[in-house]
Amino acid sequence: MPEKTMLPADFSDAPISLWRRGLNFVVSLAAIGAVVLVLLPLGAVFGYLLYKGIGSINWAFLTQIPKPPGESGGGMANAIAGSVYILLIASCMGVPLGIGAGIYLSEYGRGTRFGNLIRFTADVLNGVPSIIVGIVAYGLVVLSQGHFSALAGGVALAIMMVPTITRTTEEMLLLVPQAVREAAYGLGVSKWRTTLSITLRTATSGVITGVMLAFARVAGETAPLLFTAFGNQYWNWKLEQPTAALSLQIFTYAISPFDEWHRQAWAGALILIILIVASVGAVRLVANRGMLKGAN
Amino acid sequence: MANRALGAPRLTGPQPVPEQAVAAGSAAQVQSLINVGDSRRADAVFFYAMLACGCSVLALVGLIVYELITKSSLSWHAFGWKFFFQSDWDPVNDQFGALPFVYGTIVSSILALLIAVPLAIGVAVYVTEMSPRWLRGPLAFTTELLAAIPSVIYGLWAIFVLVPLLRQYVQPWLAKYLGWTGLFEGPPYGIGMLAAGIILAIMVVPIISSITREVMTAVPQQQREAVLALGATRWEMIRTGVLRNARAGIMGGIILGLGRALGETMAVTMVIGNRPEIAKSLFAPGYTMASVIANEFSEATGNVYLSALVEVGLALFIVTIIVNILAQLLVWTVTRGTPARSHA
Repeated sequence: MPEKTMLPADFSDAPISLWRRGLNFVVSLAAIGAVVLVLLPLGAVFGYLLYKGIGSINWAFLTQIPKPPGESGGGMANAIAGSVYILLIASCMGVPLGIGAGIYLSEYGRGTRFGNLIRFTADVLNGVPSIIVGIVAYGLVVLSQGHFSALAGGVALAIMMVPTITRTTEEMLLLVPQAVREAAYGLGVSKWRTTLSITLRTATSGVITGVMLAFARVAGETAPLLFTAFGNQYWNWKLEQPTAALSLQIFTYAISPFDEWHRQAWAGALILIILIVASVGAVRLVANRGMLKGAN
Repeated sequence: MANRALGAPRLTGPQPVPEQAVAAGSAAQVQSLINVGDSRRADAVFFYAMLACGCSVLALVGLIVYELITKSSLSWHAFGWKFFFQSDWDPVNDQFGALPFVYGTIVSSILALLIAVPLAIGVAVYVTEMSPRWLRGPLAFTTELLAAIPSVIYGLWAIFVLVPLLRQYVQPWLAKYLGWTGLFEGPPYGIGMLAAGIILAIMVVPIISSITREVMTAVPQQQREAVLALGATRWEMIRTGVLRNARAGIMGGIILGLGRALGETMAVTMVIGNRPEIAKSLFAPGYTMASVIANEFSEATGNVYLSALVEVGLALFIVTIIVNILAQLLVWTVTRGTPARSHA
């Protein structure tokens, strides 16, 4: 080939030394080994959840409240309901705030110094350890109310949802082409109406995905609930009373000395994973067709 | 469908809106969009509402700082800097020193990174450079799945699976062959610093590997081709062509993993043993800053006790914030593309 002759020296036929080839082989093996080592715990966690959890889930577990230690039977019905309740409270506060902040960033704060400040602060908030958020919700709600409450737990989780929702909403709105907004303005549609009915609507499925990401992230949170929702052995639907949560119950049961409770902790963990996966899956399914779907 | 027509193709850049999109929206519908309310005032209201939402993010961080500083002032005035260098934690006599917690947090996090970093980089290298194309998506997805498992479930698994495994097989083996280092001495409880480090490692691997993957993908393809054309083996190509260019971003990923490890609470609390002592051996139980808050906050009686716990929280907050900001900056330098590299 003519190109070869242009090189000052031709090494193309020189054999790659055994050492270099061996090193290449060893590194490839090591990379495969790393993949196996990382997938191993994942398989083990899911395997154990299914193996230990399925046997312990029964009708009583899903419908009864906990029995005193030592007695067999009983369930986590109040904790499952409590988790859903606290998550609803959190979503009511966190989702509108997060979407609003996302809209501000993409529609008004693009490239401005103030917008960058908010964007940066959201990233900072995202990195705050969950236990710290618990302390703040404690100071904010529990101290002023005088006791642990579902509301305090909801506030803690809402604070954790906001930054994730803000950043994904912003990103999704930025994907909507500028021409679409301009088309609406050109028809005389006001800015707020354009933002809500055109821009946000187009990005709906992306925004929902962001909300679900935030939801899945806080659904299993335990640390911020320890001294906010606190846990409860009985049913509670009052905003200002301590409330059971699935994650709290798993924690309490896991570190207890009773076999029966350990069994229930596994069952609770399986339910928690199912709750997270199912809620994310369900909303994605709805978002992917008909009503909620944007043009993408 | 009218509302579908209002949307736009998922393309960035100046895309002409298809003509039928405008046509499909009925005249009545367009009219209804225009005629709602006094639009100028409504626009202003909407702007201020969104601005308020945006400011709420600032307010939340401000609130966190304010709460932590005011609630910890009692302890700060009582102990000052000594708080972080004393190791007696005695609620009965109102004497508080956070050194064992600081030590436990640092040691468990470093241990986690020592285990996680090689694994995470190995996974990232395999997924981006070596694996067959059809395997990339599933592998990336599966490692991300690790990040979706709640911390309390990791803790549960660690208590009943990992700890017995360590106690029966791993720790006796380590004590026998590496006991002379002094790091692996004492009775093998299973529970302790080693267990905490391992479970933390499992939890931070997905973060480090996903960011490493991201920055490795950002390295231009020509770099790889250039190195290969010089006759390099695949590993030499990865080392000189990819890893060297992505190292700032990888460092960022590692530091982000560190931030996660420092603040991680539940899984660590469940396996570290919760004893405020400083021991050289990794078999010994320890305590971390996050776990002491988790365990004692709701039972803390007395203002100084509570204040001391909040001060531990404040210290943890400051450290994780600094670590996270540093990591963000490092990742940006690679993915946003420093000029010299992005157009190589």
